[in-house]
Amino acid sequence: MTKPAPPPQAPVGDWATDFDLAEPEYNERAVEIWSDLRSRCPVAHTTRYGGAWLPVRHEHIRQIAYDTEHYTSRGVVVGNLRPIVPGPAGAAPPITSDPPFHGEARRLLLPAFAPKRIALLEPDIRLLCQRQLAKLGSVSAGDQIDAAVDYAQQVPGAVMARLLGLPETDHELFRGFVHDLLEGVNLPEDEMARRRDRFDAYLDEQIAAHRRAPQDDLTTFLSEATIDGQPLAPQHVRGTIALLLLAGIDTTWSLLGSSLHHLATHQADLKRLRENPSLLPTAIEEFLRAYAPATMARLVKQSHDFHGHAFQEEDWVLLPFAAANRDPEVFERADEILIDRAVNPHAAFGLGIHRCLGSNLARLELRVALEEFLARFPSFEPGDEAVRWSVGQIRGPRRLSLRLLEVQNPIAPETTIPRTEYTRSRS
Amino acid sequence: MRVRVDAQRCQGQNRCYALAPEVFDVDDLGQALVIATGSIPQSLEARVRLAAANCPERAITVSDDD
Ligand code: HEM
Ligand code: SF4
Repeated sequence: MTKPAPPPQAPVGDWATDFDLAEPEYNERAVEIWSDLRSRCPVAHTTRYGGAWLPVRHEHIRQIAYDTEHYTSRGVVVGNLRPIVPGPAGAAPPITSDPPFHGEARRLLLPAFAPKRIALLEPDIRLLCQRQLAKLGSVSAGDQIDAAVDYAQQVPGAVMARLLGLPETDHELFRGFVHDLLEGVNLPEDEMARRRDRFDAYLDEQIAAHRRAPQDDLTTFLSEATIDGQPLAPQHVRGTIALLLLAGIDTTWSLLGSSLHHLATHQADLKRLRENPSLLPTAIEEFLRAYAPATMARLVKQSHDFHGHAFQEEDWVLLPFAAANRDPEVFERADEILIDRAVNPHAAFGLGIHRCLGSNLARLELRVALEEFLARFPSFEPGDEAVRWSVGQIRGPRRLSLRLLEVQNPIAPETTIPRTEYTRSRS
Repeated sequence: MRVRVDAQRCQGQNRCYALAPEVFDVDDLGQALVIATGSIPQSLEARVRLAAANCPERAITVSDDD
């Protein structure tokens, strides 16, 4: 630890001088908060977490995302301590790695996530979605469901379990680990350490099982992978698997939930997509822009001036990509959600060398999951319970009550889903 | 019209490939390349401009024929 322990947490007074992403108010009122900060600040500061900054203008976020000289990715999730990791990889390569090691760790994974390889997974993902919708059982028009818990959350977890070759029944378990690590920023450090240890022990067990019996999946692929002829260090294999679970589930779940929330509260858009499903990919880009779920962090390498702000060594700098996506200097009618927006160079998947490795997978999951949801439930509206938003750097609904207005029979998929050859098939 | 992808800037966001697959392809690492040779047919110009406007990394440049 390089900074003194933080003061006890108190409610946020002014978001410009004392922000806190772990306050539930932040994700609930994020759009207003960014807009307020953009007009009067535009780089907010807090002394919490040993010092952190929150730029909200597109230009600033872009500048920091591209600058790997002044900022390190050693820590991408804000906490009270700074991660201490020896070596170039960081705890979860490639997201925590800096160049030049970052490039090697990333190149290893790129082929498995390239668009044409990912496209092969469409039938499997469709069956997983249909099965999840069938699990809702006999629902009829007028009933309410929690679309965040019973659907949006389930799909990405099931997809990642499949890609990594983790037992499907463990899906609840590793979702619990992810939740513990992403939403527990202000827990005491020894409790966080216990949670990390439990997750590590689980992953070690899975990796050992794959070494004994190799499979066609990403866990086996990573256990066998090499950089410059050398096998990956065990912490690298474990860190990358943890990253795929951490990066691939809450993000996709959040965007799927935000999209369904938007459609429930904008009946004209729901009707338009029902009548013209080919608009869905364009609409998804707009949901990604407006509801971009991920805010990433960096640590300042050496103290320097950033547009008049004194960034100190080891300060956190947050990159709220959704705030960049709503900057009126870059996007026309930035706060309006236009599902047919044609020009949309949004930064939901980040900018620069850490661009989301899973973006092609995320887009496929989102499209298929929404197509299948709309096929079973062509019409719905907000239910009785208020939406509950997540807390922390991944923003999305964690409770989303919907009242179903029209219900189609579920498509009953086969109980076992055939596995598409994926990691090893190279044509 | 001519189009170019700056390989240093491209991070494989794949918006161009989705919007104008006749002109852009992506390799095994997700990196974009221009497959159309020479001048872009007029019928594709609008979509190529749209692809350039949607690249978050600002990696695509279009220019007039010399
Ligand atoms: C809607 C869904 C998703 C969003 C919005 C999203 C967003 C992001 C963002 C903003 C970054 C940049 C991180 C940084 O700059 O520090 C990132 C990186 C990453 N994402 Fe995603 N992500 C999503 C889904 C996924 C999925 C499904 C996977 C995986 C299977 C995934 C795997 C990764 C990985 C491995 C990285 C690190 C890449 C690197 O450091 O080179 N993501 N994601
Ligand atoms: S849209 Fe831009 S970053 Fe994405 S693949 Fe095309 S050129 Fe590369």
